[in-house]
Amino acid sequence: MRKEPLIPMVAQVTEIRVDTPDVKTFRVVGLDGKKPFTHIPGQCAMLSMPGVGEALFSITSSPTNPNFLEFSIKKCGCVTDWLHAMEPGQQITLRGPYGNGFPVEGDFRGKDLLFIAGGIGLAPLRSVINYVRDNRANYGEVDIVYGARSKDDLVDYPEIMEQWCREPGLRVHLTIDREQEGWDGHVGFVPNYVKELGFDVNKTAVICGPPIMIKFTLSALQELGFEKTQVYTTMELRMKCGIGKCGRCNIGDKYVCKDGPVFRCDQLDRLPDEY
Amino acid sequence: MKKIAKSNLPELLAAMAARGKVYCPQPDGAGGSKFAPWTPGTPVAQGCNTRLGPKGLFFPQTEELVRFRVSGKELEIREAELREEPFVVFGVRACDCRALEILDRVFLSEPVDGFYKDRRDHGVVVTLACSQPEETCFCGTFGIDLTNPQGDVTAWEAEDCLWFRANTEKGRELLERLPLEDGEDAAVERAREEAREIAGRLPLHGLTTKGFERGRMLELFRRPEWAGLSESCLGCGTCTFVCPTCQCYDVKEFDNGREVCRFRCWDSCMYSDFTLMSAGQPRPTQKERFRQRFMHKLQYFPDNNEGIYGCVGCGRCLRQCPIHMNIVKVMKTLGGGEDA
Repeated sequence: MRKEPLIPMVAQVTEIRVDTPDVKTFRVVGLDGKKPFTHIPGQCAMLSMPGVGEALFSITSSPTNPNFLEFSIKKCGCVTDWLHAMEPGQQITLRGPYGNGFPVEGDFRGKDLLFIAGGIGLAPLRSVINYVRDNRANYGEVDIVYGARSKDDLVDYPEIMEQWCREPGLRVHLTIDREQEGWDGHVGFVPNYVKELGFDVNKTAVICGPPIMIKFTLSALQELGFEKTQVYTTMELRMKCGIGKCGRCNIGDKYVCKDGPVFRCDQLDRLPDEY
Repeated sequence: MKKIAKSNLPELLAAMAARGKVYCPQPDGAGGSKFAPWTPGTPVAQGCNTRLGPKGLFFPQTEELVRFRVSGKELEIREAELREEPFVVFGVRACDCRALEILDRVFLSEPVDGFYKDRRDHGVVVTLACSQPEETCFCGTFGIDLTNPQGDVTAWEAEDCLWFRANTEKGRELLERLPLEDGEDAAVERAREEAREIAGRLPLHGLTTKGFERGRMLELFRRPEWAGLSESCLGCGTCTFVCPTCQCYDVKEFDNGREVCRFRCWDSCMYSDFTLMSAGQPRPTQKERFRQRFMHKLQYFPDNNEGIYGCVGCGRCLRQCPIHMNIVKVMKTLGGGEDA
């Protein structure tokens, strides 16, 4: 069979986990039961159901997971509605991986890392965080700030509580937007919480979440003394091809699907702000 | 140089058609011309540019990619087969030839688009130097010599003859099987000189790319003039469809009841849903969409391609935009690069 970038493979959804009222995590393997391809944390893949449509999602599982790919997907459109309604055992199509991913073997090596996520923004960061946990010796201290609307909207809550919170050298700071019964943790928006926590400026930071949260969190980090060259983020734009040809995700001289989705914040300053 | 009398054009096209289809400009019945398969007896259109360029012969307006059969939870997948049919395109003008080189940079860069590559590999492009450039032509602005187009074979019209020069191995193979005779090419030089003189008198002759040099992306992006320039834009997408270099596409599906056919089709950055996501719309008004199209041609594409502009000066958008907005007005307004 020829290698045609727009032609997907058939894959199978083996497990569906309900994370929050509007987020589910889908476990995907090839028809041979194995992981379909290897990826770099931060990379994406195209999932589709023929007759419904195709869309790009970040891969939330770590490349160090040898058995399957996972996608945490928020229900917010045609394709995601359909994915949320399907049952395990369903075959879907898959192509990828696409994009540059985080510099886990470059700039991140040996650094103290600060991950800041809002809502479903944890999905791409979970891939990096678990990669870092599995290659612990290569990285310094890890801080994770994660916020969501409510306790019920925190994605991967069991994994965060049972694994991340118990791991030495890894600090988890959770926050929710409003007071909630049964929540004795921090209450407030992520950017303010970041300022309150007051991180040391020798860290490399990664922000992922809604555009407004990224904007204010970046300002908060700058107030703490961080330079834009120390802060990474991932972008999301509409895409059809995933390979820099259909034109949809073009911003300036970049294609988010191919040259991104991971950008350092100083690189974004050199692009038109159309995202 | 090789030549044939123009009166023997049907004979020439018949010889070209011996191994596959020959596409050449033909009257479209609406006062213009279009590339269509030649059959004995069909007239070849005179005049400069076809209403649409030859883009669609290599990157069709709609093209099937793959079919799926869905049964229960299972999927069966069937790739669209490559056509792998040899064909010849005769009469490609210098601007459209450059446009193909621009499409090559998009579709033949890694990862290579196999559908496009198949057509490029199996198509022989015979260009035809312009002898009567039109008032809307400005290929010279982008350094294109309308009297010396490239392609696999270059043809010139001079003194009742067509003259040929092969530029590639594919071109040499084609010429070998055509009924051509040898001739002195002094006539070609005279014809080129005449065409250059006509080009020098065209109204857009003085248009330059001044103001659109590399490194001016953000400065141009932020210019206030975009609001006025885009004010009347209808967002109809005509400019993108007639543009020989516009290559944005959509991927869509059609369910025929038995199978789901996934195809790609031309799309336009001028359309309001081009970048629309469930999470929001980064280009909410026509101003941003309009700006994207021209910034891409004049800044973003050249920034990624050694300074080669994404416009070839074919003038189709000048003739066909319903509100008479076009890239020339954009260049004059923002760049001021007109000596004339």
